[in-house]
Amino acid sequence: MTMIKPIGLYLHIPFCRGKCPYCDFYSVYPDEETVEAYVSGLIRKIDREDRIYDTVYFGGGTPSLLGAERISRIMSRIRRTENCEATLECNPSDTGAVDSSFDFRAAAESGINRISMGLQSAVDSERKALGRRAGCDDVSRAVERIFRAGIRNVSLDLMLGIPFQTPESLEKSIDFCASSGASHVSAYILKIEEGTRFYEKRNELILPDEDETCELYLQTVSSLESKGFHQYEISNFAKEGFESRHNLKYWRCEEYLGIGAAAHSFVDGKRFFYGRNAEDFINGVLPVEDGAGGGEEEFVMLALRLSEGLSEKKFADRYGKLLPEKFKNKADFLIEKGLMNYSCGAYSLTERGFLLSNPVICELIECL
Amino acid sequence: MAVSKNKIRNFCIIAHIDHGKSTLADRLLEKTKSVALRDMTAQLLDKMDLERERGITIKAHAVKLNYLAEDGEEYVLNLIDTPGHVDFNYEVSRSLAACEGAVLIVDASQGVEAQTLANTYLALDHDLELVPVINKIDLPSADPDRVAAEVEDVIGLDCSEAPRVSAKTGVNIEQVLEHIVKDIPAPQADDSKPLRALIFDSVYDSYKGVIVYVRIKEGKIKPGDTMRMMATGAEFTVVETGYMRAQEPEPCKELTAGEVGYITASIKTVSDARVGDTVTTAENPASEPLPGYRKVNPMVYCGIYPADGADYENLRDALEKLQLNDAALTYEPETSGALGFGFRCGFLGLLHLEIIQERLEREYDLDLVTTIPSVVYKINLADGSMIEIDNPTHYPDPANIVSCEEPFTDAHIYSPADYVGTIMDLCQDRRGVFKNMDYITPDRVDIHYELPLNEIIYDFFDSLKSRTRGYASFDYEISDYRKSNLVKLDVLLNGDIIDALSFIIHSEKAYSKARKIAERLKENIPRQMFEIPIQIGIGGKIIARETVKAMRKDVLAKCYGGDITRKKKLLEKQKEGKKRMRHFGTVEVPQEAFMAVLKLDDND
Repeated sequence: MTMIKPIGLYLHIPFCRGKCPYCDFYSVYPDEETVEAYVSGLIRKIDREDRIYDTVYFGGGTPSLLGAERISRIMSRIRRTENCEATLECNPSDTGAVDSSFDFRAAAESGINRISMGLQSAVDSERKALGRRAGCDDVSRAVERIFRAGIRNVSLDLMLGIPFQTPESLEKSIDFCASSGASHVSAYILKIEEGTRFYEKRNELILPDEDETCELYLQTVSSLESKGFHQYEISNFAKEGFESRHNLKYWRCEEYLGIGAAAHSFVDGKRFFYGRNAEDFINGVLPVEDGAGGGEEEFVMLALRLSEGLSEKKFADRYGKLLPEKFKNKADFLIEKGLMNYSCGAYSLTERGFLLSNPVICELIECL
Repeated sequence: MAVSKNKIRNFCIIAHIDHGKSTLADRLLEKTKSVALRDMTAQLLDKMDLERERGITIKAHAVKLNYLAEDGEEYVLNLIDTPGHVDFNYEVSRSLAACEGAVLIVDASQGVEAQTLANTYLALDHDLELVPVINKIDLPSADPDRVAAEVEDVIGLDCSEAPRVSAKTGVNIEQVLEHIVKDIPAPQADDSKPLRALIFDSVYDSYKGVIVYVRIKEGKIKPGDTMRMMATGAEFTVVETGYMRAQEPEPCKELTAGEVGYITASIKTVSDARVGDTVTTAENPASEPLPGYRKVNPMVYCGIYPADGADYENLRDALEKLQLNDAALTYEPETSGALGFGFRCGFLGLLHLEIIQERLEREYDLDLVTTIPSVVYKINLADGSMIEIDNPTHYPDPANIVSCEEPFTDAHIYSPADYVGTIMDLCQDRRGVFKNMDYITPDRVDIHYELPLNEIIYDFFDSLKSRTRGYASFDYEISDYRKSNLVKLDVLLNGDIIDALSFIIHSEKAYSKARKIAERLKENIPRQMFEIPIQIGIGGKIIARETVKAMRKDVLAKCYGGDITRKKKLLEKQKEGKKRMRHFGTVEVPQEAFMAVLKLDDND
């Protein structure tokens, strides 16, 4: 019998009770009938795959809206490795409310061992400006319930560069993360995306300017570092050993299967994705092919998002050739400009480099 | 069958721009029934889109009309339409050489303008009989009596019988035709002499090769003859001869002395049929070519580069084709550290430059970058030699320069007297030397200045128009070269000289110009990963400085459930953006930044 290499599994749950004004993720309103049909659709697809997974990720949308029972039902159909990391994204408003009936214990029993929750800010006025319905105490309550259910791996999302944010208010949010017992923090800089409510009223929003936002980012990096969260990706920070194994697959250019509307896959060297339409998914519309994946450009682009950076050896092992001289010269130039580092055979971006990752990566990729 | 020589009238129409030349031509076509009414369009002869859009004539056009005159005789009228703008004087010049007379149109409300006069003098130089016509009498502001008096005073032409017409409404157009028949002499033409035909235009046709438009002065030519170009010596067998009609060419058995027509001879190489050359036959060659054609030298130069280097060959082909119809356009290959491979092109003036640039972009679908225009400077060096430069890049080390000379013009500005003050301010600001001022009428003046050419090639005409609300007209002629205190300004980005942005300027203006350029560049160069110092220097000395601050943030924060596609698209977009930029070492400069520097004018 041949060993099947385990891969990651991403399940997209495109349901939200309301739309946050900054969010352009695909989501629809969760009416019972649609949700039930959707879950059946997921299970049908899972059953059809003869694979084993070492990470599972319920992303959304709002996966916690499914309820622990449905999550368990899905989990029971997923063939997992023994130490499989299984993450569930939760919304504090439906898992942390006083009267919430979400059963973390049942979820844990089904195999969920990591929770990712959107805090965004620990300052309620900022949360309100972001359209978040839950308050800070809901988040606290949810985290407490998670721990009581025996799940030790909790990640909180922070947002940077949001309305009203100051260095002081940001520090409060960071303190909240550290003292909550979370072992992982994702800190995203707010981007005004087309098609969102923020985009419509982008001219009225009072946001920190580019320089202030950069300072907020640098503050986040150093403050989290001092609290024991080391940066391992542009926007991700973790206590030792608590890095998201699932997300690392994306950045290390490893394979994963994505099931559900708007879910993306990289399997057997090919990339494909389902359209942004829950009905289509339920009706069995096939994913769209998106060409070959895992090429040099992709590999470099993704590796440079990580603090570990682009390893010369890994590149050589994977592609059977060395990084071109031109690439190294460009990298040397960027090192000289303080945007890159080179150590232990790997090129990585500095904090300033992370902030400029789009143009920096673009420059480097042109040298491949 | 050839008509009797004394029934032929070869004439052109001259006028100041906008005085209604093309409209009158349209009416003449109608009255002579040369075009069916249903096929009539405005500015019928102006076939180029650009001509119709701008309402100007760029190319000369020729058309043969048949007119049944009041005396009961049928006449052949060969109309050669000409451009009016000062830049295209050479087009006018060669058209005039093909005619015996000219219809001079003067606008009944505006009166004599700068180009009315300039074109009149050109016509008189060619010994043409002038037929004055007062046009636009339908305008409420028309004052034909005053304008007629003005023409008599200023030009010295008897206007007592001048037709007063409206080309727009068609009033009194017959009078114009009658005057053409009565006043303009028939050609002096002798079929028996060896052939001498003046090429006044040519166009390239992909089926027939070069079509040569000629005025037969002496002799005759027919298909089968061997034609010889007297300047180049090239010989071809004539395939077809014919007349230009309003819509379709009309082949004929032969062209004889006095006639205007076309010749095709499978001429492949455009340079073999130079406009202005004389055609004769190999069988019975003439001994002397025709005089009267004025060779024109480009006065303004600039570099033209394809935005995409891959278009270099296409640009070369396009220039070659344009040159066929435009003897005044010159080009030769040049390379720029900043812009790569391109061409140094010579033009008669800024309008000519703009027209060529626009035609290249439209008719040949090319994306271009043009450098700042330059005139031809004469530079006297320490070793006693003199060099001429039309490209600031070739400006020698100031240490070796004894003196510089720049071209000056004799410029006449015609304007309502109200604007004298503002016009003089403008000319003074452009280093003009006031010569004199004449009152044409109590409220119209002719202001005569000597102006350096390099001060008028950028935007002088635009400034003049805006300062006088469009009422002033302007004409100039190159007069001489004068010693001048010139310097070369260099633009440095990140410490590197950008050759394509260097230019030569009078030292008095260097500082203020340098500051403006630096500011303009700062506004137009987007922030990049690093700080970019902008410096403007003369020799090694920096006289203006700005800094484009470094961009700090351009990052895609979130990984949307493994959506790599989105990231890749973003990178592709970034790469596309880079392509539109010009790269100077590590600095990227968008095309708009060049344009912004190029378009710097008085008001900035």
